[in-house]
Order: sequence, then C-alpha cells, then structure tokens
Amino acid sequence: MAEYSALRVITEGLRGNRGWKPAWRKAEPKPRYDVIVVGGGGHGLATAYYLAKNHGLRHVAVVEAGPIGLGNVGRNTTIVRSNYLLPENHDFYEWSLKLWEGLSHELNYNVMFSQRGVLNLAHSPEQMDVAAERGNAMRLAGIDADLIGRDEVAQLCPGIDLSEEARFPVAGGLIQRRAGTARHDAVAWGYAHAADRLGVDIIENAPVTDFITEGGTITGVVTPRGEIRADKVGVAVAGMTSEVMRMAGVEGLPIESHVLQAFVSEPVKPLVHCVVTYGAGHMYVSQSDKGGLVFGGSLDFYNSYARRGNLANVHDTVSELLAIFPNVARIKLLRSWGGIMDMSMDGSPIITPGPLPGLYLNCGWCYGGFKATPASGWCFAHTIARDEPHALNAGFTLSRFAEGRHIDEAGTGAVPGLH
Amino acid sequence: MLIPCPVCGMRDAGEYHYRGDATAERPPLAEEAAEPWVRYVYERQNPRGEHLEFWQHVHGCRQFLVVRRNTETHEVFEARLVGPFGQGE
Repeated sequence: MAEYSALRVITEGLRGNRGWKPAWRKAEPKPRYDVIVVGGGGHGLATAYYLAKNHGLRHVAVVEAGPIGLGNVGRNTTIVRSNYLLPENHDFYEWSLKLWEGLSHELNYNVMFSQRGVLNLAHSPEQMDVAAERGNAMRLAGIDADLIGRDEVAQLCPGIDLSEEARFPVAGGLIQRRAGTARHDAVAWGYAHAADRLGVDIIENAPVTDFITEGGTITGVVTPRGEIRADKVGVAVAGMTSEVMRMAGVEGLPIESHVLQAFVSEPVKPLVHCVVTYGAGHMYVSQSDKGGLVFGGSLDFYNSYARRGNLANVHDTVSELLAIFPNVARIKLLRSWGGIMDMSMDGSPIITPGPLPGLYLNCGWCYGGFKATPASGWCFAHTIARDEPHALNAGFTLSRFAEGRHIDEAGTGAVPGLH
Repeated sequence: MLIPCPVCGMRDAGEYHYRGDATAERPPLAEEAAEPWVRYVYERQNPRGEHLEFWQHVHGCRQFLVVRRNTETHEVFEARLVGPFGQGE
C-alpha cells in the first residue's frame, strides 16, 4: 500500500493516527557520498530525487542552509506553463509540464497541480499578432495554444474589465489550457519525501561555508555540521549562486541577483478562474484554492539580496492588477514578500557540468524557476550522473554567452533586470 | 530607499532609474580580442554586501550617479556624479 492514500487516511484515523512517519528524516551528515547537492530548494530536491530514481545512486545528500521550503520554492506565485517562443525552451519546459502532469502519482504526494489554463491578455491588434506568432511556434513544437477573442475571454474569466473604457482595452489573448498552478510548498515537501524514501539524506540547517578542493578538483563541502566529501558536487542555489560559487573560486558568472516581490490578498469568492497575465504591463494573477488573489509583477530593478522590496513596486503591481480587475480595488492585501532571483544575461537558465572538475552548476532561472522544477531536476541529475548534458539542457551552457549562442526569449540583450 | 542626489538632495529611489553595475569596465574601443568584451558585457561579481552601481536621476536633474549601496540591507552609503564633476574638490 502506498504510504499516502485515502485508505491509509481511514485506517490511520481508526488507529488514532499513531502510524504516520515524518515525511522525511532529519538526516545526520555522513562523511562521504556519491553526490552532494548544495541547495534544498525545489530544484535541489528534484535533482536528488532523480539521481536516486533515474540513475540508481544510493548515496546522495542535499545540504540546505536553512529548513526545507523557505526559499524561492515557497515564495513564488505557483504558475506552471510551457508557453515559450524559442526551440531550446519549448522542449525543456514542455517536458517539465509533462512531468507536472504525473507528479502527484510519481511522488505519492499531492502537489495539487491544477490545469486551469494560463491566459496572456493582448491589448491591441499588434499584440494579437505577437500572440499568434508565439502560439504558432508552440503548436509547431507540439505544445497546446489557442488564440482567443474578447468573447471567449469573457466566458473564461468574467471578472476581467472588457469595456472600451479600460485604460488598455482587451483585444483577446493566447491561452495554454494545460498550464495552471501547483501548491508550491507541497512540491518541496513531495520531492523531499520521495527522495528521502529512496535513501537520500536531506541535511537541513547546514549552510556551505567552503568547498574542499584537491588538486583543482572539488571533492566536498564544509558546513557547520562538519566536512562532507563526495565524488561530485552539484550547486542549485538560485539567487545565492554568485556567493556560493565564489567560495569555490569561481568569479564573474553571468548572473545578477534581484528581488522580486509577490502578494496575496484576503480570500474572496471565485473570481479569477485561470491564471491571467496583463499584456500592457507586467503582472500575473491567479486565485488560490483558499480564495486569495496571488499576484506579482516586475523586479524592483536593482541588485538585491534582501528578501523584501520597496513600496514603489507594490504600487505599480497593484495598479496593473486594478487595470484589468477594477472590482477588487477595495479588498485588502494580506501579505507581501520578496524572493531573490538569479537573473541571467539572456533570461535563460544554465545547467552544465563545471566550471571546475567535480562541480556542476544549475542557475539563471530568472522569474521562471518554479515551473521548471521537475525538468531542472531531471536534467541536472542526468548531467551530474553522466557527466554530460541531457539533450533537453544541451543549449543551457555557461559558455553560450562568449560563443554568441544566447537564448533570449524577450530579445532585450544583456541586461539581467529586463528578462 | 532614499538616494542622496548631489544636485537635488535626498530623493526617493522611485525617482531614479537603475543602470547596473558600475564596476564593469568597458575595454578601449580599439580592443579587438573577444575576451575583455565578454567580461565587460556578461560577467558580474554580483556581491552580497557593498556594491557600486549607476543610477540616473530621471525624474530630477537627469544626471548619472555612482551609488555605493549595500545589496543585502539596501543601505545607501554615498552617491556622486559620474565623470570629472564627481571627483570632489
């Protein structure tokens, strides 16, 4: 019988709920592992899970600076989609979406993946053309996309202001119906649980303070809980990438850390039935199962390691929400918070062996790390286990900037804050 | 976040436009090797702590400033004009 099931809930209920075990053990570090993954966020935990599941490694550790689930995996706006324009991103994010579709069963943990659709609004005939271009590119790659007019927007999401009096009247939009949202905490807990049951040691409260190097090869990490050695060390630490890699002696990565704020309102009755993005600015909103409007917008646009931002950006983001949902003007914001984004120079990620022997790097997720969690773990595990990239991350190299092989979805050039 | 503009005085960060890392140094235009340009365009130290960066006072005097700021606490230490006017007395 699966560890978590309806039958189990009933039988445990009859036995006073005394048979449950912790979802993952509080592991003590061993002196040596096959692979250490630095960073116990979504990507690190997924990497450890697929190292054990797909590659049969039984001695894998995840070392995390704090407790599991307090970093970006618990700070995002939970959106999952694969509506990209460029070929490298098509295949990678579509594989991620396919993994999402089976993830609750795969992990035996309900990640509450809800394929409610992601609707990108367009506000002018020209934006409809751009939406059609993206939709066509997606469909040619076998990804679902539908270009819809204003009538269908009204049916899908009646709360949107579709009047001609709107500041930027809605012309229509592009919808990916298989996209949606997932319960972000459950993704962290689910991967931690499933990895743990395959023997992965999840070592919390163990910030890496140094790397162990022997003859130019990385052979382990130093933490307050002792030295831990390994054949291979993978780094998946998002906004902390530059600082962690500096300890290994790697300087000058194509990454800037920026703060991105997110917001949740008090709960209201069902209003936003799919994920809606505002096309005349940059704002995305969905409604949680509890009823809160979960939304976010742009970066604060300056380098930051503070997990909080400034008020100007709160004002901008809320204004954009009100531009399409003026009917929520009087509901209250419950919380706002910030996360540190690893903004890369072309807006696309890096999953690669190196840049030092024994070291493997996973970073550059910009705003889009959450949806990538399963495929990032899948590909990073492959890259570490086989010492070469998977076909899906073959383009996500560190050397692509010097080679001129950028993957720049937005076409904004080497200004990290603009991606 | 408040930034002390040497021309206009203490102003809200919302009046300024962030223009990126001020430590990346552009190679001379005659430089023909790719490597220094790659370093200038793509590679950043991205420190957690003190950081030198460009801000333009777009809703004020429109001058470019070099600001020394802590990226972890958002504390602003100093701001001076770019170029010869920023070199002091």
